[in-house]
Amino acid sequence: MTFSITRKLGAVGMGLIIGMTGLFAAQAQADEQYLPSLVYRTGPFAPSGVGFADGFADYASLINATGGINGVQIRLEECETAYSNDRGVECYERLKGRGNGATVVAPLSTGITYALIPRARRDNIVVHSMGYGRADAADGRVMDWVFMVPTTYWSSSTVTMQYIADQEGGWENLEGKTLVHAYHDSAYGREPLALFRGYAEEYGFTLEEMAISPPGVEQRSVWTQIRRMQPDWVSLYGWGVMNPTAIRTAASMGIDRERIIGGIYAAQDDAVRPAGSAAVGYKAVTFHGPGRDYPIYDELQEHVFDAGNAAGGGDQIGNIAYNRGLINAAYIVEAWRQAQEEFGEGEVMGREETKWAWNQLTVDEERTEELGMAGLMPPINVTCEDHEGGGLAQIQQWDGESWNALTDFMEPDLERVFPMYRESAESFAESEGIEVRECD
Amino acid sequence: MPIELSFFLEVLVGGLLAGMMYSLVALGFVLIFKASGIFNFAQAAMVLFAAMFIAGMHQRYGVPFWLAIPLTIVLMIGVAWIIERVVLRPLVNQEPIIMFMSTIGIFFALIGFAEMIWGSRSRSLDIGIPQDPIFVGDMLFQSYDLVAGGIALVLVLLLALFAQRTRMGRVLRAVADDHQAAQAVGIRLSTVWVVVWSIAGFVAVVAGVVWGGNLGVQPVMVDVAFKALPVLLLGGLTSIHGAIIAGLIIGAGESLAEVYLGPIIGGGIDNWFAYVIAMAFMVYRPEGMFGEKIIERI
Repeated sequence: MTFSITRKLGAVGMGLIIGMTGLFAAQAQADEQYLPSLVYRTGPFAPSGVGFADGFADYASLINATGGINGVQIRLEECETAYSNDRGVECYERLKGRGNGATVVAPLSTGITYALIPRARRDNIVVHSMGYGRADAADGRVMDWVFMVPTTYWSSSTVTMQYIADQEGGWENLEGKTLVHAYHDSAYGREPLALFRGYAEEYGFTLEEMAISPPGVEQRSVWTQIRRMQPDWVSLYGWGVMNPTAIRTAASMGIDRERIIGGIYAAQDDAVRPAGSAAVGYKAVTFHGPGRDYPIYDELQEHVFDAGNAAGGGDQIGNIAYNRGLINAAYIVEAWRQAQEEFGEGEVMGREETKWAWNQLTVDEERTEELGMAGLMPPINVTCEDHEGGGLAQIQQWDGESWNALTDFMEPDLERVFPMYRESAESFAESEGIEVRECD
Repeated sequence: MPIELSFFLEVLVGGLLAGMMYSLVALGFVLIFKASGIFNFAQAAMVLFAAMFIAGMHQRYGVPFWLAIPLTIVLMIGVAWIIERVVLRPLVNQEPIIMFMSTIGIFFALIGFAEMIWGSRSRSLDIGIPQDPIFVGDMLFQSYDLVAGGIALVLVLLLALFAQRTRMGRVLRAVADDHQAAQAVGIRLSTVWVVVWSIAGFVAVVAGVVWGGNLGVQPVMVDVAFKALPVLLLGGLTSIHGAIIAGLIIGAGESLAEVYLGPIIGGGIDNWFAYVIAMAFMVYRPEGMFGEKIIERI
């Protein structure tokens, strides 16, 4: 009998513990803003993915360590995509209903973005595609749930062209020059082609289009031809191993690296470090500041790194991919902060509130200073029509040890790109049966 | 020399030298297939594995290359021994497709193990091979390619000497000719497999250094296998000199096609054109230029 009472008491005790644990867990979950993180820490493109994932996670850790978003803690959960579309979709489906429910997703891959756009529309989840495809989502009239903040391939390419024109002493001096666009032979590599063709026609320079078959481990024949063209400038749109191989091969052909300008995804550390000394002088367009000379890094040091909470091995801190992870998370947090201002401070934001905030997200110069990210994070101003938020980008240069900003954030030629966005987005709207909304 | 001719020669020589680098990877496949009849899917992973250990030891612990390279060779011998004990020995007498599937497992295990130790970040591997261009008249050649081509040539000569002039070389040839007859005269198959996987490991170290120096050491290095496959198809799976000659043909063929056919049909053709060359030849000789004709009596 005694044994039986003991068992009963034990069972009641266990029940209480389980119940209380569940209650606390539910309470904790109620106060948490859930953030799915689609990462690629493994696979052939991991050198780009690890830094981004670490920066993204460390920013969330910093927010949590400094009181959350008005008290709301972020619950970040990673899912490994290995940069594969099917695994990306699987991650999205698995994570979207976790915690309080995902309200925003950063797919971190053009392919996964394309796959998630219709699903996220159905689920009313915001897609933040930071500097990758699809560029035409910058037209907010069509895709009110997709955001390209802070720039796109197209806008950043207009900044590249502006830089080239500045170096040549003006647009009028481009006549008779030769620009080679050496590109990953895929939809990604061909993204800026229409834009460059338009510039070539308008300013009278020769555009040479050189496709490089992925993965691009062997490029001698391509660069032999490029050398023969005696280019004045080369635009490099590579990805993964293609970038360092291109830079190294170009160097061995005697092509001046100071006249090669990489696209957004030829602007990372894994594009230059494997190329060694051949990469010195190489330039690239990007949408954030390089290095770690920003006040946010002091805060990260104090609250995250010194506390032993740095994501990964802490060996990615300050590299290009890491900085991208940081600012990607910062835009997401700012959107939640602005949603809270409208719908209730200290509350967890749902999908509708989050989408509302993204549709008018503004992070001005002053705010980037408050965040300790002035110069690291470009100011943005999203409107109903402009889901790119301004499209600022800058040119940076590799000195053999680190990237250095050559310019401030530069304005893109929005008058040139927006008609292209609209044309492409309207075609998408027609094929998907999406009503184009009116923006005042 | 007319510019067109010098340009043609520049492309041709560049292609031949690139082909020598493909041969470096293809050799590893040939060695193992020749001695054991196993198509070693893991050969490219062995190249990456070796390169990651050399670059990782050098960058993380400051181990000089002159020490890191021999240490990695010893490591590859250890890997060969483990593979023989853990994977191949239990599968003796299984169908070739089973053995092939097991090498797919080895492929992923090697990459996973190397990434677990050294991480996924890309690393440079600069052992001091000069990178400067060399001009001969109007023609430009890459000094790196010339050195890499020389290394490949020396490696092939060493392998040929090993096969012809050493006792173990003769043993390997005996096993390659007839497994059962070799066993009947007292040759231990397990020892032969360890030796041949060790040699393939050594070839992987050399290929890892050469390719890692060219591409940087990163997971995508395993894609060099796709450059070696058409070389194997063309040269045959059982011929060392076939791997070299086919490498030269594939390298030159794809470079010339890229330059002269590419602009007509859209560019970016070098990857698949190599396979077209190999398949066109296979129609006439399925076992490749120098591969052994396999006759199975039923």
